Amino acid sequence: MTRYLIRRLLSAFTVIAVVSLVTFLIFFALPSDPAVLACGKACTPDRIAAIHHSLGLDKNIFVQYADYVTGFFAGRTIGDGANAIHCAAPCLGISFHDDSNVWDTIWGRFPADLSLALGAAVVFMVVGVALGLAAAVRKGKLVDKFAVGLALFGISTPIYFSALVLQFFFVDKWQWLPAPNYTPITQDPAGWFQGLILPWAALVLGSMAYYTRLTRSTALDVMGEDYVRTARAKGLSRGKVILKHTLRSAITPIVTIFGMDFGALIGGSAIITETAFGIPGIGQLAVQSVLNVDLPVIMATSLFAATAVVLANVLVDVVYGIIDPRVRYA
Amino acid sequence: MTQQPHSTGTTGDSTVLEAEVTTATADTETTAAKEIVGRSPARMAFLRLRRDRASVVALTVALLFVLAAVLSPVLSGIEGWGPATPDLHGIDPDKGNFPIGAFGGISGSHWLGIEPGTGYDVFSRLVYGLRTSLMVALIAALLSTLLGVVVGLASGYFGGKVDAALNWVMNIMLAFPQLLFIIALTPVLTSAFSTNAHGGTSETLQLGSIIVIIALFAWAYTARLVRGQVLSLREREFVDAARIMGAGWKHMLFKQLLPNLWAPILISFALAVPTNIATEAALSYLGVGVVPPNPDLGSMLDAATQYYLYDPTYMVVPGVALLLVVLSLNLLGDGVRDALDPRANRA
Repeated sequence: MTRYLIRRLLSAFTVIAVVSLVTFLIFFALPSDPAVLACGKACTPDRIAAIHHSLGLDKNIFVQYADYVTGFFAGRTIGDGANAIHCAAPCLGISFHDDSNVWDTIWGRFPADLSLALGAAVVFMVVGVALGLAAAVRKGKLVDKFAVGLALFGISTPIYFSALVLQFFFVDKWQWLPAPNYTPITQDPAGWFQGLILPWAALVLGSMAYYTRLTRSTALDVMGEDYVRTARAKGLSRGKVILKHTLRSAITPIVTIFGMDFGALIGGSAIITETAFGIPGIGQLAVQSVLNVDLPVIMATSLFAATAVVLANVLVDVVYGIIDPRVRYA
Repeated sequence: MTQQPHSTGTTGDSTVLEAEVTTATADTETTAAKEIVGRSPARMAFLRLRRDRASVVALTVALLFVLAAVLSPVLSGIEGWGPATPDLHGIDPDKGNFPIGAFGGISGSHWLGIEPGTGYDVFSRLVYGLRTSLMVALIAALLSTLLGVVVGLASGYFGGKVDAALNWVMNIMLAFPQLLFIIALTPVLTSAFSTNAHGGTSETLQLGSIIVIIALFAWAYTARLVRGQVLSLREREFVDAARIMGAGWKHMLFKQLLPNLWAPILISFALAVPTNIATEAALSYLGVGVVPPNPDLGSMLDAATQYYLYDPTYMVVPGVALLLVVLSLNLLGDGVRDALDPRANRA
């Protein structure tokens, strides 16, 4: 188990290293020159060269990457002379846009991400699985049709449309809720909850469908198995069979996609939800940095997201061994 | 079949699909034995699809949208407004350029109303936007399916080092946070393509880079699905037989394996199209895809966020259109899957 974990972590580390190198090469080597954008319209070659130098863009690309990695583990000083900024480890660079420390910006936005991810994930996992299970048990009945229809609807509705519709009714027309926003939970728990209800709802509507569909189809498969019939035949109640036998077997694929979804959500993949509701999370930061061509921030958000996904994958593999005794770590 | 610890829902499906191909063939044999009609598996699947009411409705709706997209110049010609000709008499400059008349200015000459602010005709922009969306989605789905099938075939059939290397690449592609990378890469690629004399971006180049990027992040799913199928197919007798008769790898891949894979490939293609439409619209919504004044459903919804309180029609029209397109194509994709997989949902 320990050996397996070490090996998985090592391979996760390689994936992250490759992702970081590829991301770096793509964004720093391709000709969307940040200096030209920073410089504006009236720009001389001298001025571009000066900006290149101050950003360290005049060095060899691999030297730049090495600097970047060193900076992450040991910290580094960016720029020289009077403009030099020290960036302590773990350093992800300094924003081209406003000279802020990228690592601090990301961690500053992380609580918003986490709030959105946690609240939504708990609901879409629990409700999605429950609906899927109910649909499988009452296959062909009203519950099934409702669950399948809702899932199809959820998959097909773009979040930015449901976000607008939700806001239109709940905030503007009926005024049941305040405008969606993010208040730190430490500051005002009630405000935190109220401000996040609609973003959670939009995210749940979009993600729940996968859980409903997956639970329904795996549960239907499992319910055809001999051991389920045996369990019923030996006198176990229907509810017990569903919870202890059916759900227990169906849970493995659910855990897989939940791990990946949750990792992605924490990593800032709720880009559209955050943009549509103005939640200041990492996804919104990513979009802003793309529109500003703020390379260090693009790089950092991509890296952060990839790391979250990869680590979530490792965690899922470990959890497998706990929930499914048939899994052997080799 | 060697299953990876993190097998996704799609790989789960593939085992079912594999079984279904066999049953379909078996069915045909029994029918033929009774001397009724010899039906090919494809014909049977089509008949099953035609019998499913939801699929027929979905197919009709999807075809209507495709037709509207293909005929967009004709339709907007009949209506009488181009996608970028403002009707300045239709909007009221004293009231923030909102359209005159109820329901966003819907009338006999503006079938779906007028765009607030610009005065453009909504119907015309909608059909032109649909054309862009469907074109991008279809080409991207074709590209990603093609690449995915080739990589999946190679990875599954050759095994060993080739498989290890290709599988590693697939895993890395799947580890990338997709939407984030698509968003981040689109402007980079667009500017890389268009560093021409004008410095501007032509629409074709921009659409081209959107297509390439969507395909780039989608092929790994198909590749993984095909790889799983090939891994189980290559243990079958007919593959052994062909190998013993001295078939080369090209024959093995394209004449022996590929014909047995059309069901999962068709399904993954059918479901890729609506996904791509949604991605394309999301990009435009976020401001990195198709940019105004070029018409697009996503950027219309982005514009609607400013006006939706006073002109909800302008929010509802592109939103419902997008919802209907994606919904009908998803439903059709599900229908195709059920038709090709007679055992599913009927157990």
